[in-house]
Amino acid sequence: MIPLRVSIAAAIAAALLLLVIVELIRSRRLQERYALLWLLTGAVLLFFALWRGALMKVSDLVGIKYPPSALFVMAAFFILLVLLHYSTVISELAAKNLALAQRLALLENRLREESPEQEPER
Amino acid sequence: MATRSELVGETAAEAPRRRLRTLAIVPAYNEEGSLGQVLDEIRAADPDLQVVVINDHSTDGTAQIAEGAGVSIVHLPFNLGIGGAMQTGYQYARDHGFEVAMQIDSDGQHDAAEAHKLLEPLARGEADMVIGTRFAGVGDYRSTPGRRIGMVMFSAVARMLVKLRITDPTSGFRAVNRHGIELFAREYPHDFPEVESNVLAARHGLRIVEVPVMMRERAAGRSSVTTIRGTYFVIRIMLSLFISVFRRYPKTVEDR
Repeated sequence: MIPLRVSIAAAIAAALLLLVIVELIRSRRLQERYALLWLLTGAVLLFFALWRGALMKVSDLVGIKYPPSALFVMAAFFILLVLLHYSTVISELAAKNLALAQRLALLENRLREESPEQEPER
Repeated sequence: MATRSELVGETAAEAPRRRLRTLAIVPAYNEEGSLGQVLDEIRAADPDLQVVVINDHSTDGTAQIAEGAGVSIVHLPFNLGIGGAMQTGYQYARDHGFEVAMQIDSDGQHDAAEAHKLLEPLARGEADMVIGTRFAGVGDYRSTPGRRIGMVMFSAVARMLVKLRITDPTSGFRAVNRHGIELFAREYPHDFPEVESNVLAARHGLRIVEVPVMMRERAAGRSSVTTIRGTYFVIRIMLSLFISVFRRYPKTVEDR
């Protein structure tokens, strides 16, 4: 069985998480494309915290004896997803950063060599 | 962009020794101790060779030395590492329409007097990329046992993965034609560019040729690969080698 207090606490936590995410989006501190995974995380956790029967079924299905542990597993899984997503975002940013630095350096070089009066020694 | 058949046809049909527009790319990161000598040697070996120094945000006098030598300089706004710096050089070569680009290390281990050996197979249209190999019976270069083991392993792996026969895959003394310039300007490995770019070039169907050259000990400064970190590097190079083989690349040149 699932202790009622666990369900209540989990539901409150998930609802708070959702509230914070929505507020971050609303105040434009979080872009929607990065908020999507977080929203999904909060929604799934809230869903299973409220619908105790579904949580029981899922834990039974994968062999978890203490159903609230399944909530932990789900939370951990989503955190992994979010982290992985961040790694791809960081990789993309790093690649763009590199390309920008190269472009900037080459343009600066061209500018310097095409306007020699700015640097008389050249 | 010229296709490959046009490029080859041009070299073959035109006047016997039209000189290809050639650029020497010299990436430099805090090499004030050796850069001046390297640039002098390049000028002495081939006064017509155009040189671009890629200053990878050096914090010493590297920039002043390059400026004093009157070569073209590209200052990177922050340190990109050797891969990012080399790629900048290839982008420079691409943007300025060079037909051949050659890498020369700024630490003095490559002898500019041997540059012509790298350029000849390109001029004859026999290769798209020429690697100066240090282990072909020329010179008195002594490698550390660790590096030797690493090199043997890399060539073995590269041979298995892309059927590529290169005895010295860690050599940074190399030259490519327009084909290679366009490939490397667009796509260049970052962590261990020498080893990985061989795989990259092979996967894009570039014809790779090795020529024996002499390598010297570094004139100044320390190699970026120390013995202690060697093992760590070997593991990471292996990983990136495997990744570079299984990666999908944007098609920049037709695969042969």
